[in-house]
Amino acid sequence: MRPAAVVGTGQTHHAAKRLDVSMAGLCREAIDRAMADAGVDWPDIDAVVLGKAPDLFEGVMMPELFLADALGAVGKPLLRVHTAGSVGGSTGNVAASLVQSGVHDRVLAVAFEKQSESNAMWALSVPTPFTMPVHAGAGGYFAPHVRAYIRRAAAPEHVGAMVAAKDRRNGALNPYAHLKQPDITVESVRASTMLWDPIRYDETCPSSDGACAVVISAEPTSGRAAWIRATAMRTEPTTFAGRDQVNPQAGRDAARALWKQAGITDPLSEVDAAEIYVPFSWFEPMWLENLGFTDIGQGWKLTEAGETEIGGRLPVNPSGGVLSSNPIGASGLLRFAEAAMQVMGTAGEHQVDGARVALGHAYGGGSQFFAMWVVGQEKP
Amino acid sequence: MGFDYTRSLGPTLGRFLTDLRRRKVTGIRGSDGRVHVPPLEYDPVTAERLSEFVDVASTGVVRGWSWIPEPLEAQPLDRPFAWALIQLDGADTSLLHAVDAGSPDRMSTGARVRVRWRAERVGAITDIECFELSDEPSADPVEADEVTMVTTPVHLHYTHSASPTEDPFLRGLMEGRLIAQRCPECSKVYFPPRPACPTDGVPTTDRIELSDRGTVTTFCVVNVPFLGQRIPPPYVSAYVLLDGADIPFLHLLLGVAPEDVRMGMRVEAVWKPREEWGPTMQNIDHFKPSGEPDAPFDSYSQHL
Amino acid sequence: MRDIAVVGFAQTPCVRETDGTTNGVEMLVPIFHEVLGGLGLTKSDIGFWCSGSSDYLAGRAFSFVSAVDAIGAFPPIMESHVEMDAAWALYEAWVKLLCGEVDTALVYGFGKSSAGQLRRVMAMQLDPYVVTPLWPDSLGLAGIQARMGIEAGLWDERQMASVAARSRAAAVSNPLAQLSGSVEVSDLLATPYVVDPLRRHDCAPITDGAATIVLAAGDRARELCERPAWITGFEHRVDSPSFGARDLLGCASAVAAGKAAGAGGVEVAELHAPFTHQEIMLRQALGLGDDVVVNPSGGVLAGNPMFAAGLARIGEAARRVHDGSASKVLGHATSGPLLQQNLVCVMEGRE
Repeated sequence: MRPAAVVGTGQTHHAAKRLDVSMAGLCREAIDRAMADAGVDWPDIDAVVLGKAPDLFEGVMMPELFLADALGAVGKPLLRVHTAGSVGGSTGNVAASLVQSGVHDRVLAVAFEKQSESNAMWALSVPTPFTMPVHAGAGGYFAPHVRAYIRRAAAPEHVGAMVAAKDRRNGALNPYAHLKQPDITVESVRASTMLWDPIRYDETCPSSDGACAVVISAEPTSGRAAWIRATAMRTEPTTFAGRDQVNPQAGRDAARALWKQAGITDPLSEVDAAEIYVPFSWFEPMWLENLGFTDIGQGWKLTEAGETEIGGRLPVNPSGGVLSSNPIGASGLLRFAEAAMQVMGTAGEHQVDGARVALGHAYGGGSQFFAMWVVGQEKP
Repeated sequence: MGFDYTRSLGPTLGRFLTDLRRRKVTGIRGSDGRVHVPPLEYDPVTAERLSEFVDVASTGVVRGWSWIPEPLEAQPLDRPFAWALIQLDGADTSLLHAVDAGSPDRMSTGARVRVRWRAERVGAITDIECFELSDEPSADPVEADEVTMVTTPVHLHYTHSASPTEDPFLRGLMEGRLIAQRCPECSKVYFPPRPACPTDGVPTTDRIELSDRGTVTTFCVVNVPFLGQRIPPPYVSAYVLLDGADIPFLHLLLGVAPEDVRMGMRVEAVWKPREEWGPTMQNIDHFKPSGEPDAPFDSYSQHL
Repeated sequence: MRDIAVVGFAQTPCVRETDGTTNGVEMLVPIFHEVLGGLGLTKSDIGFWCSGSSDYLAGRAFSFVSAVDAIGAFPPIMESHVEMDAAWALYEAWVKLLCGEVDTALVYGFGKSSAGQLRRVMAMQLDPYVVTPLWPDSLGLAGIQARMGIEAGLWDERQMASVAARSRAAAVSNPLAQLSGSVEVSDLLATPYVVDPLRRHDCAPITDGAATIVLAAGDRARELCERPAWITGFEHRVDSPSFGARDLLGCASAVAAGKAAGAGGVEVAELHAPFTHQEIMLRQALGLGDDVVVNPSGGVLAGNPMFAAGLARIGEAARRVHDGSASKVLGHATSGPLLQQNLVCVMEGRE
């Protein structure tokens, strides 16, 4: 497998409704930034990979087909990945494999979601006969598992609010973030409305329009490069008897494979920044454990000690993460791109000083699809 | 399955649809000089953003066509019509639309057509009601406000069938019985039954009848209103592990204040009146506390 | 690059309507058992899984998620999904094997077209701003393309009917086909138009079905299969979505994919042509001469399980290598309206 690197990243200004652009315009805002960052032009791109969550969100079947002109894909190979919420991450991994395999030299990976075209809650709950409707909405699916985590880990109730306050403050440092709340505090989060007890309003991701793009190349194009040191994807069924939904094995297996491939034996000391898919605040400590940064039941202690803040031992979501911007299909690729930006030194105000190795993480479905990568300054 | 999608147009499509509302057709010049109608946002050859708008006529010529003897739902005309690729005068590429020709005998490639404008225009491709066979110009442009959004109703019809493995389960529900199935390989009991055991990939076969009592493994309190919600919040959505089953399912928990619900709480089903029963889990209206002592954590900790 | 081959293939019967759910589990379970059993493998021997399917075909979001139940995906698996015909999932799996991380992959696709009204569902693939709101149906669009070709002198209605007659005759030897039998071209031409200039026989039937392929690399392929179908060229391309901007009769993406994949010299070609005239177009685009046997399975005119049909073409072509009846074959898949996107997989047997 030959080395591949992220050589350019781009993203849109994320917002609840990007009514100033079409879907094509939204994608191109991210693509044009990524290509400028990489210093490449259309003839330099060999293939395009598009990632997006369910087609029902935008009401277009396989939208990559009608977007082919805007994606610069005409006459080229065009792949469309869809692995639920993890799709942005899978898009990065598939694009990486196209270069690592030697099939292509430079690939453009794009992911987007324009949630304002419809109502995601509706699209996810289109009733089909014979199945029990879920009475709870999206947060209601995950809230019971959060409750189970809190009980199993004996975690203090304020940890979730700490995550939310940190990520929103980080979002205020990110010019592209949907939510920017520099003045948010743990107390104000705890005072916000309880939506799906134990999840509060301020502990919930927004619904965003947005896109992200990265250029992956076998050789540096602009001088800067985030070398892909490892990728991993794992899947397990949504539900089965005895399934651990708090600490799913698919996530543990993916992390184990990832660290091994990257040659990392102690993730907490060897990783300098982590962009982890945290749509509800409590998923930060849950995934810290699932990823092997801490032992089981200890993830919340890292958060509570402030070690996941910028400047801490393991800054988590310095970009503000999914809690600050959530264009669903793009959210995973944003994590992957933000990890690359950290090691390329292009993260601006939310740059983690001296970051040399970073994690990008995404998950989807009922915590059952996982996609991750590790990027670093050193060529493997 | 139906939804009205609200689409923001951006500058190129916004201009095109605004002009349609004004009874004008606008194209755009591509990087190779061709004038595209409808205007393309990005060039199909160079992928560049296009910006040079070009006015074209509302008359043109048929470049290809097919005949629809029985129109489908939501198509432009409800009587037989032609789909046609129409090259408007001043354009280099063709636009797809319907031609109200009356009969296939009157259609031909090369036929001259003109736009038939809809009386009430909103800024949509359907502002062109259809094309008609004519060599005369269409009605003159008029003033109208700019449009930036278009609403696209999507209504599709699907017939969903139950899996054969679900049949005994659904028939059981009609009789007020809860029929689970056991996987022949791992012996786990699935309720509701599944077309295949998710860990072994084989159909579940052995049928087992379960009681309508169980344990709340975990839950959340729903305080948020959302589209399609059936009862007003707050209420409890709980995972219920029926006695004898190996997997919990989500259902409503009522008859107890949300703040009094606990993990491990014992519950029983409250059925709807028999005359309202159908082949659905909604025959169980909700669960309520049974009054038994809470189940110990260890008894359900493997089902979280 | 590593040598990678198709070593196993299975598909369901092509039928007008199955009684299963739209998430495909009932169709997939038996063909997984068939393909793995035939190779002496179990699910734990598979290094990577990849699938192709469509939520709009299924009429529900995340239909591919439930399909994972058919695998029995615990312990967890390395897995991915494309919202495309599963031929592109095969491409993703081929790339994964080229990376060298794993030696085997199982690819599957499924579609229950009978759940919705396919002619209308496919309108959802068009430009959502200025085309879909008119609800152009797939037959109406294909009819325009067919007439343009007729008027350009590229084919005529008799040649189109001949394609249908040959497909159905070939399908007699395919027990999984939906339509088969001996029909006279003159009888076909005597039937009425469905969408002038298309008659019923010019259009692929509506089909429920699923298909699966197992890929293996190097020595693993030689262990599993006496005569692996080694992939020597695997390419795909897409054309502009604009009907006006692209040459609807030229099929540039198929020409480019065929050229890059090395389509010359194939003995058998399985073409994914949902309309009779499109088979003629694809033959021209891929440069297939009269000596090339096209669609010995009957092709999709004999059974068209959406999102599995392209994968099945590659499987059917590989089968001719496996059974020793051909040494160089081609499988083709298409996606999007009017052959917008095309994929070519060239495979060879080695002595």
